[in-house]
Amino acid sequence: QNHFQLFPMFIKHSVNFKIKKLVYVYLVRHAEEQQDLALLSISTFQRALKDPNQLIRASALRVLSSIRVPIIVPIMMLAIKEAAADLSPYVRKNAAHAIQKLYSLDPEQKEMLIEVIENFLKIKAHLLVAGSVVMAFEEVCPDRIDLIHKNYRKLCNLLVDVEEWGQVVIIHMLTRYARTQFVSPWTEDEGLENNEKNFYESDDEEKEKTDKRKKPYVMDPDHRLLIRNTKPLLQSRNAAVVMAVAQLFWHISPKSEAGIISKSLVRLLRSNREVQYIVLQNIATMSIQRKGMFEPYLKSFYVRSTDPTMIKTLKLEILTNLANEANISTLLREFQTYVKSQDKQFAAATIQAIGRCATNISEVTDTCLNGLVCLLSNRDEIVVAESVVVIKKLLQMQPAQHGEIIKHMAKLLDSITVPVARASILWLIGENCERVPKIAPDVLRKMAKSFTSEDDLVKLQILNLGAKLYLTNSRQQTKLLTQYILNLGKYDQNYDIRDRTRFIRQLIVPNERSGALSKYAKKIFLAQKPAPLLESPFKDRDHFQLGTLSHTLNTKATGYLELSNWPEVAPDPSVRNVEVIELAKEWTPAGKTKKETPSKKFYSESEEEGSSSDSNSDSGLINEEIKDDHDDKPTKSESGSKSGEQSEEGNSSDDSSEDSSSESGSGSESEVENQRTAKKNSKNKRKSDSEDGEKEHEKSKTSESSNAESSSVEESSSDSETESESDSASESRKVTKEKEKTRQDRNPVPKDVSLLDLDDFNLVSTPVALPMPALRPSLIADLEGLNLSASSAVINVSTPVFVPMKTHVMLHRMSGKGLAAHYYFPRQPCIFGDKMVSVQVTLNNTTDRKIENIHIGEKKLPTGMQMHVFNPIESLEPEGSITVSMGIDFCDSTQTASFQLWDKTFKQTCFSLTV
Amino acid sequence: MIHSLFLINSSGDIFLEKHWKSVVSRSVCDYFFEAQERATEAENVPPVIPTPHHYLLSVYRHKIFFVAVIQTEVPPLFVIEFLHRVVDTFQDYFGVCSEPVIKDNVVVVYEVLEEMLDNGFPLATESNILKELIKPPTILRTVVNTITGSTNVGDQLPTGQLSVVPWRRTGVKYTNNEAYFDVIEEIDAIIDKSGSTITAEIQGVIDACVKLTGMPDLTLSFMNPRLLDDVSFHPCVRFKRWESERILSFIPPDGNFRLLSYHVSAQNLVAIPVYVKHSISFRDSSSLGRFEITVGPKQTMGKAIEGVTVTSQMPKGVLNMSLTPSQGTHTFDPVTKMLSWDVGKINPQKLPSLKGTMSLQAGASKPDENPTINLQFKIQQLAISGLKVNRLDMYGEKYKPFKGIKYMTKAGKFQVRT
Repeated sequence: QNHFQLFPMFIKHSVNFKIKKLVYVYLVRHAEEQQDLALLSISTFQRALKDPNQLIRASALRVLSSIRVPIIVPIMMLAIKEAAADLSPYVRKNAAHAIQKLYSLDPEQKEMLIEVIENFLKIKAHLLVAGSVVMAFEEVCPDRIDLIHKNYRKLCNLLVDVEEWGQVVIIHMLTRYARTQFVSPWTEDEGLENNEKNFYESDDEEKEKTDKRKKPYVMDPDHRLLIRNTKPLLQSRNAAVVMAVAQLFWHISPKSEAGIISKSLVRLLRSNREVQYIVLQNIATMSIQRKGMFEPYLKSFYVRSTDPTMIKTLKLEILTNLANEANISTLLREFQTYVKSQDKQFAAATIQAIGRCATNISEVTDTCLNGLVCLLSNRDEIVVAESVVVIKKLLQMQPAQHGEIIKHMAKLLDSITVPVARASILWLIGENCERVPKIAPDVLRKMAKSFTSEDDLVKLQILNLGAKLYLTNSRQQTKLLTQYILNLGKYDQNYDIRDRTRFIRQLIVPNERSGALSKYAKKIFLAQKPAPLLESPFKDRDHFQLGTLSHTLNTKATGYLELSNWPEVAPDPSVRNVEVIELAKEWTPAGKTKKETPSKKFYSESEEEGSSSDSNSDSGLINEEIKDDHDDKPTKSESGSKSGEQSEEGNSSDDSSEDSSSESGSGSESEVENQRTAKKNSKNKRKSDSEDGEKEHEKSKTSESSNAESSSVEESSSDSETESESDSASESRKVTKEKEKTRQDRNPVPKDVSLLDLDDFNLVSTPVALPMPALRPSLIADLEGLNLSASSAVINVSTPVFVPMKTHVMLHRMSGKGLAAHYYFPRQPCIFGDKMVSVQVTLNNTTDRKIENIHIGEKKLPTGMQMHVFNPIESLEPEGSITVSMGIDFCDSTQTASFQLWDKTFKQTCFSLTV
Repeated sequence: MIHSLFLINSSGDIFLEKHWKSVVSRSVCDYFFEAQERATEAENVPPVIPTPHHYLLSVYRHKIFFVAVIQTEVPPLFVIEFLHRVVDTFQDYFGVCSEPVIKDNVVVVYEVLEEMLDNGFPLATESNILKELIKPPTILRTVVNTITGSTNVGDQLPTGQLSVVPWRRTGVKYTNNEAYFDVIEEIDAIIDKSGSTITAEIQGVIDACVKLTGMPDLTLSFMNPRLLDDVSFHPCVRFKRWESERILSFIPPDGNFRLLSYHVSAQNLVAIPVYVKHSISFRDSSSLGRFEITVGPKQTMGKAIEGVTVTSQMPKGVLNMSLTPSQGTHTFDPVTKMLSWDVGKINPQKLPSLKGTMSLQAGASKPDENPTINLQFKIQQLAISGLKVNRLDMYGEKYKPFKGIKYMTKAGKFQVRT
């Protein structure tokens, strides 16, 4: 610790910036301990940040940002911002690194840093910088995928020329990106690829599938771009890059194209043992799912005697995964050599592998079994023990006619000492005791003699064997023997064994107190046991992204980012168009939609065309706008389409629309009207017709919703309440295609000017198109309506796209003497006050009489919390239910709000609510 | 990314540590030592070791463990590949990478490590660039530095760092301009007891030593590029031209580098240039075993086989061996049970052989398996796959370079099971 005295000296020397590299190494290393002194040097760096020499600027920034002293955060921030705009990419690269350092020093700066990153991505992505920037992105804000959209194509194109470490980071990031932005390329291929399963069937299926979906899968050009641009990187000399590309292909390319990675991965096996280790692990996972990929390289996985044990076992694992009818004979011959290996741990693993091959490939089961029996005479104990265990498993799978083997194994009991093996033999004899009636009691006799000196594992099996024989073998001797063993077990040191003894004794030895169970003792002990499944230890690894640390460890590492599933429907591809910048911004999940929407949206064809906004009241609200048929592109996503013709049909079938429960309030209706009047096209007349018809309708529905529902009822004769966006989309698409021709003839739809690309339009309009009254999403709220109507008319609030519908039990009907209460959070602004959280409470009467005067009784709220109770309910009919809403101001805390619910007859004590 | 780096020697001492973020205590290495103990052999230490707060990724080279400490998810190959690159850089700087050498040059080591990573993310790993930033120690420079007080840290950013050819430094000048290429092929094979080949494949590399002035643009073409099945390139090679014309076109780095490594397609039958006749037998009753091996040339295309060494790991039961070679020298280590026989050149007229007896542990049963024989050999002037370089051209510079191409075939992992 003495060297701290010298610290000021070091600071002094840091004045000459040019050469003193080691001084900085020292400074950075110890700045944390000597914060005050370290501050003295800051001015030097600040001066150096303006130096004409880029190397000096860069290293000054580097050292400055490495000094972990919180006081200088603002200085660092300033320096980063400045350096981010530096002309020299080298300085900018260092700035990108500094972002991460600053973030780890002070996470509060996140917002500012994100801004810097965004700017970085937008303009300054240089070959040298790209990797570091993406790294900073991954560290600071990996969830802000919206920042990537506009840079996606640029990154793809740069990829080949970026330095190798950057490539790895970018590829990993793009893999995640692709999984959220593109539709799965796999579904379609499955039919072509699944030859192993059932070729013809899948063929049929595929036809059906295409029938249903109408349009074949077309890969997004951006998706293709990524795959095409990463492919050359498979030739990289850097193993990490090759692996990164391999996992990219594995996770996002069509299955038919993923095959090319196997060759490169096999090449990596020539490299150092550490690289081999990781690559083999990944291959092992892949080879479980897609055998075919590595089959041609079977021989590359042959084990050499010089490989380290961990490599050997991994290779063995892969060989086992690749085994099939065609190559099994070669493999078994190879395994024979391995069994003889001097590395006994490996030999044991080989025996396990043989066992797995035997179970997976039924043709060779007998051969394997015979081979394993031969191994029983091996001189090495571990080998014999392992074979016994495996044979046991194999015999369990096909218990018939293996008396010979069992006899042989019984003999082995005299020589084998490995506990697992002894236990296995005993279990096997016990299980088959009826097939070897002479040997089994004899074995028991021998074991009784040595009982006390056996391992616990073996003791338990002896007890089991005794019990089984007691039940099957009627001879007196056996019974005595078993009694003897049970007595021994009773006084054993291990309580597990004592327990088992007591249990068995009660079960099998008849005495006056023995209950009903002992009648079934035989069934209990000699039940048919399911055969064990021999599975690869790599089976469950596939849920981790390949090539990651988590995959290697098979546990989630800190900071592991899940690879999301493919989206059902691709998010709008146009966000990647570099020209339209504002669009991407609006599409952030957090982006609350405003009521004032740009007017151009209302002029667009799809709204106007009266196509449906199909809202599903059950699942909250999902708006769907459907656009004009003529703009329907093959690549297009969710919008199906309806035409005016259909809207007519919709009108004619008002009855069906009556059923559908749409709650668009008058507010939205009027807006729709506005749109209509604003636009003058041939549609207009028909539209207003339909509206007239509807206005007569008591429930005042918008034509849109009724149209949608009714048309889907009529034409696809499917459920009028479409469950989700995608469902309805596919349905309506189906409808569309069928009708397309006729419609075009009969109905010259005015071609819209299409101000925007429709793709763009969808995106923005999704959350915006239909503003609703506050309580719209819940059907319940509408029914309840009365006591809220006054306020709901006034407040028009945008509604979130996603409403969690999870309900919680507030009061169970049992404890509530027939009154049940459930609640959920509709996640809407509360009408009772802007700080309150609205809670919907559904009350059910499950009794056979009226419950009267339900109201909230005593409230026990922590200080600061407020609650707006619902109006007392006069009465609730039997089997009736009612939903009320209340508001609670939780004060941003997670404390519980407890209160009591009363009714006329009973006092219901209650419950607590938490956020 | 990479938090810290510890260098641990074979006796388990941490002799160098470097931190790129906050300091991680040395005690984190205890987990590593535990794993090391469990693994018994250095080779079996798992490369990835999880600890409660960190993850340890290690590589083992030159009898030194390079242990990187990381805290968050990162592709493990990224770290491992980087650590190997560190070792390569040390080797490049100091000629060898060993504990005493690293200790002697600890200043340079720290400077280099500082340049290679920033905040745990690789900054400069290309040796050409590093050498410009931090000049490798030479005797002359050490003397000058001591006298003038300057250091070997460069004060200008290497121009390569920013250019499109980051691997090449600028302003290269040589009086003798030369470019040498070594085509080296290795045969990996497993031969079974009866002498038939179980698996054999050829892996090749082209190592280059280019000392050319200025910015030369080279193209290298092959007579039979179809042989190459799977290739991986140095970043300097233009991939597009390879795709379209099967020509290697590149601006080379300065000095030694690996231009290309390749794999010869498995369809081609591999000619095995040597054979091994062996008769190794243990008898159950006696404590003596017989041992005899003979090595002979098979398909060598008329070239001589040199540098032959035979090694074999004998079973544990073997106490000692008394053997007489017809040529070369042999050693048997009774502790590790490793037999090695340095044969030298094979004379086809008089095949080298090694004969004798093995004494076995009395009373012990005979070993299950006969030992595997590992073979090393070299054949000069021959690429066993038949690959031939057609021509080498240079553009972009005026002078005439001296060009040379050398072929060699070596045994890779060549095993004979007995």
